[in-house]
Amino acid sequence: MAPADTTTRVPLDGPVAGVPEAVARRPPVAAVGPIAWARANLFSSWISTAVTLLLAYLIARAAIAFAEWAVVNAIWQVPGNQTQACREVKGIGACWAVVTEKHRFILFGTYPYEEHWRPALVILIFVALYAVSAMRRFWRQELVLVWAGALTLIGILMWGGDSAPRLLPQPWEQLLALALLAGAGFAHVRGWINVAWPAAALVFALLAWAGPVLGLSYVPQERWGGLPITLILATFGLAFAFPLAILVALGRRSGLPAIKTLCVLYVELIRGVPLISLLFMASVMFPLFLPEGMNIDKLLRAQIAIILFAGAYLAEVVRGGLQALPRGQYEAADALGLTYWQKTGLIILPQALRLVIPPLVNTFIGFFKDTSLVLIIGIFDLLTAGKTAIVEPAWQGFGVEVYIFVGVIYFLFCFAMSKYSQNLEAELNRHRRR
Amino acid sequence: MSETAPADGTVASAARTDAPPAILLDRVNKWFGTLHVLRDVSLAVAPGERVVVCGPSGSGKSTMIRCINRLEKHQEGRIVVDGIELTDDLRALDAIRREVGMVFQSFNLFPHLTVLENCTLAPIWVRRMPRKEAEELAMELLTRVRIPEQAHKYPGQLSGGQQQRVAIARALCMRPKIMLFDEPTSALDPEMIKEVLDVMVELAETGMTMMVVTHEMGFARQVADRVVFMDRGEIVEVGTPAEIFNDPKTDRLKLFLSQILRGH
Ligand SMILES: Nc1ncnc2c1ncn2[C@@H]1O[C@H](COP(=O)(O)OP(=O)(O)OP(=O)(O)O)[C@@H](O)[C@H]1O
Ligand SMILES: [Mg+2]
Repeated sequence: MAPADTTTRVPLDGPVAGVPEAVARRPPVAAVGPIAWARANLFSSWISTAVTLLLAYLIARAAIAFAEWAVVNAIWQVPGNQTQACREVKGIGACWAVVTEKHRFILFGTYPYEEHWRPALVILIFVALYAVSAMRRFWRQELVLVWAGALTLIGILMWGGDSAPRLLPQPWEQLLALALLAGAGFAHVRGWINVAWPAAALVFALLAWAGPVLGLSYVPQERWGGLPITLILATFGLAFAFPLAILVALGRRSGLPAIKTLCVLYVELIRGVPLISLLFMASVMFPLFLPEGMNIDKLLRAQIAIILFAGAYLAEVVRGGLQALPRGQYEAADALGLTYWQKTGLIILPQALRLVIPPLVNTFIGFFKDTSLVLIIGIFDLLTAGKTAIVEPAWQGFGVEVYIFVGVIYFLFCFAMSKYSQNLEAELNRHRRR
Repeated sequence: MSETAPADGTVASAARTDAPPAILLDRVNKWFGTLHVLRDVSLAVAPGERVVVCGPSGSGKSTMIRCINRLEKHQEGRIVVDGIELTDDLRALDAIRREVGMVFQSFNLFPHLTVLENCTLAPIWVRRMPRKEAEELAMELLTRVRIPEQAHKYPGQLSGGQQQRVAIARALCMRPKIMLFDEPTSALDPEMIKEVLDVMVELAETGMTMMVVTHEMGFARQVADRVVFMDRGEIVEVGTPAEIFNDPKTDRLKLFLSQILRGH
């Protein structure tokens, strides 16, 4: 077997004549490299060459036009609210001045201007929380503590003042918290949980009462707005909806008819109603059902509506994963004597969830953006803040620039989610590779 | 393993027929919907006894063996395993599943866990064994099924025969008193069947109580104390391998034997 093209042969140290078959060969030169790729995919025939050139021309024109509008002719700053310069270039140049001028309002809403560092810090806490949670190294039970801590810290920063009465508005809730704290201490003494849990609970509790000591002024929830609202709704919405969804999905496959019916009802009822009407119900009708004098925060009500809504959708995604598992996996786990929860936690869910990472992330991304619907019940999320920023007469008509700015922020978060899920999928499905 | 096989190649029986039975089926009936799949099945398996179950497809062999660790529920009759009756009592069920190992036709290894993790999972979580001890035990058993070098691979990276041997090791890691096999070699290519059967023969030599659904006549002759022939949900004949294979009494068994002999 003497290859005709001897240039593709790898030079050998030893004698070649003895083992002619065993010679390792490089792939044919033309098959690799960008030039070869372009030749194969873009210029393989005259018609594909023509299409390639035409599309290249159109794309280039669009790109140049956008660059002219967004960069070359753009106005980055105007003095005060003098938007005359912007109005003159309208249509041919972007007025980024509106973003320069209003970015703090878009990001933080009506939060008191001199306290903006607090919501800014909250955004950083969220990003750090995502980063920590994303690392598989940290996927341990202590991560729950980190989340609880982040939640407390975010509440304290956003509210300030004495946050405790607002984190736990009712006296009975404060009593309950104390009871939980005592319970955690007891559980530690009995050796059921490690010391981190009661210690962390104590720190959170003390922090919640420490607002005035830290010198944070009180900011009522009505003044919160912008990106922190979006992140709060999306993060805690999904963080609570996901476990709920797992329980509902398991419940739907339960052998107990009562539990099964309840789960089916929940999913079907919630799925059959638009999120908007659920938000309306949460904001208008829900308070009517509460006992006299009890008042749940508006943001919390919207948050609950979002959790319930996302939970129903995610439950169906998770159920898809559960159904995709062969029955043999359940039987093998049963035959080994694992309990229901061991079987579910160690065998079923790890496999089922990996299978549904793409639709899960799809739903996550969808809900991250759907949080913007809270605007209809008067909550000031990122998108609403952007919209409100251009209500002022001086800045009217510069919506495109603001929406691009807001869109880029949404995109960054969603794209990060998407990218991360791709990596996670590849990593978790390593066992399927041969 | 110290026991040496007799010259004719059969494994000496360790069955103690005087002791209370390891498995007792007493007039067991089961239906799938209206389909009557087990009809008055009665059978007693002594500790250390090796029973091979054979019969045509759909005769209820899998259903019977799966009733023994309650992967299927029987509706009438009694099943007593290791002195514990199978009822809806969950604690009895847990106790039985701890004592009974099962090997499936399709292996059913956990694909997201390594071979070692597959083996240590149940000892750690069900027997509450320290991880280190469980790993040592798993390595010992993987060595016994002759694949210790595969311990850190995932099941998907192994051949069918290797996977089935892991499945046997996984079941043995629970130190069961009874092992059930449901057609352990049916999903395997011919050249891998022997490696699995060899492991099972060795296991039989240790005196394990075994109930094996299989059509491997060579294995049955070599290892079985008794062969059970099932047809249409009934136990039709029970006897030593010689009685069943050389001297069938019923027409149904004769027909079955002629069919599988033709098939081989
Ligand atoms: N989960 C089930 N639901 C309904 N019918 C079933 C179920 N499992 C088995 N059957 C039926 O019960 C009968 C006995 O099945 P079983 O699997 O026990 O037979 P088998 O002897 O193991 O056959 P094979 O040699 O093909 O494995 C068959 O008719 C089968 O179709
Ligand atoms: Mg079967």
